[in-house]
Amino acid sequence: MSRAPDDIELEGIELDLFVEAMRRRHGYDFGQYAPASLLRRVRQLAKRHGDGDGAISTLIHRVLHEPELLPQLLEGLSVPASDMFRDPSVFRALREQVLPQLATHPQITIWQAGCARGEEVYSLAILLEEAGLYERSQIFATDLSELMLEQAREGIYPLRAAQQWSRNYVAAGGSHSLADYCSARYGLLKLDRRLRRNVTFAQHNLVADEVFCEAQLVLCRNVLIYFSNPLQQRCLARFRDSLVRGGFLCLGLRERPGSSGAAADFTPVDANLRIYRRAAAAGPGP
Amino acid sequence: MKRPAAIVLGCSAGGPEALRAVLGGLDPRLPQAVLVCCHTGSETVDLLCELLARASRLPLIEAAEREPVRGGVVQVAPAGYHLLVERDLHFTLSADARVNLSRPSIDVLFASAAAAWRDALVGVVLSGANADGAEGMHELRRLGGCAIVQSPDSALARAMPQAAIDRAGADHCVPLDAIAPLLNQLCLP
Repeated sequence: MSRAPDDIELEGIELDLFVEAMRRRHGYDFGQYAPASLLRRVRQLAKRHGDGDGAISTLIHRVLHEPELLPQLLEGLSVPASDMFRDPSVFRALREQVLPQLATHPQITIWQAGCARGEEVYSLAILLEEAGLYERSQIFATDLSELMLEQAREGIYPLRAAQQWSRNYVAAGGSHSLADYCSARYGLLKLDRRLRRNVTFAQHNLVADEVFCEAQLVLCRNVLIYFSNPLQQRCLARFRDSLVRGGFLCLGLRERPGSSGAAADFTPVDANLRIYRRAAAAGPGP
Repeated sequence: MKRPAAIVLGCSAGGPEALRAVLGGLDPRLPQAVLVCCHTGSETVDLLCELLARASRLPLIEAAEREPVRGGVVQVAPAGYHLLVERDLHFTLSADARVNLSRPSIDVLFASAAAAWRDALVGVVLSGANADGAEGMHELRRLGGCAIVQSPDSALARAMPQAAIDRAGADHCVPLDAIAPLLNQLCLP
């Protein structure tokens, strides 16, 4: 080697080794994640769980030899928390444009991929409740991280979020008050357990796991932004194959699914709000 | 230092006014990419972009995920996401937690840009009311980039430039109206 790598290059090697360790030791492949945001997350994990100076290499030893650390690693590498009714204009469009279409189905199946702590799952449940559709709805809420899913099942959040969430709920066209769906106590906001009654929380890895349901609506907001282009397209293909013809897909507000590959099988309902429909005549037939 | 390949600008309170002054003074022949991270309480940066585009002599757009960084164009971080530059000089967005109570965070943009461009980067911290940008500027200087800080006395809000100087020092600490001429001098071929 003509020249010693500098510390940026060394850290790049460490990140590659971390990814390799996660893949070979635990079977989770982060090799198709966008490097810049993955590096930030792995640095944070190394700071929390590594030794001394927080170098990523000090974390790798623990990845290999302490399997009990895996849940915390996956939590740190998973989708971060959201807000209830985040981007209210999107939830308003779901309420006004998408739910009336879903109402034509006798059974409604919804998949939220990357549900994190569940804020948007419960937002959806409230929408369905208010539209009188919840009794015949089933929501599959999946995430890579079991720890995230545990928190999502509990439906307990810091009370300081409540004010913003109430404003979001109203801006999203809510006809009651968010307080009708939760109780506040000890600085915590606890959502009504009844909102959970038709939600199934389950671990699912978008990188590796297959299609598992036939849905009328797939929500996956601000998850694919962490993926490389090929993995993004693979996920879009998986969403397409999970959706009935004419089924809806909702992505994050600044996501760009592109127009080729699997993205070509979707037509925009509201391109600004990133709401799409699976085209009637595209994709693999039944 | 070699001739820069990119300029990153960070600001918050008083930032739009400062950005108008800087962008209005940049030479339209600049070949560098100009990346802007300005804290805003709004849900979008549509209005900010409109305001800045009127002042800027370079074309100005909102930065979009998966797009290549473009030379000779001002690219503004969207609201609600961190903006990062990949080593292959494409944009990535992140919805990870706020940094310094901010998303987009100047620290996040500057640190990723510093890793991508190293000593071919100029960082500029303008008016602002918190300490975001100080860590990013520190990282930028550590990797050989050139740090310009608006002199706190010339800033509508002095906390941000002061924090950058305290944490990272600066290669140039100059009043607002001197920043664009300095950038032109550093960046024009």
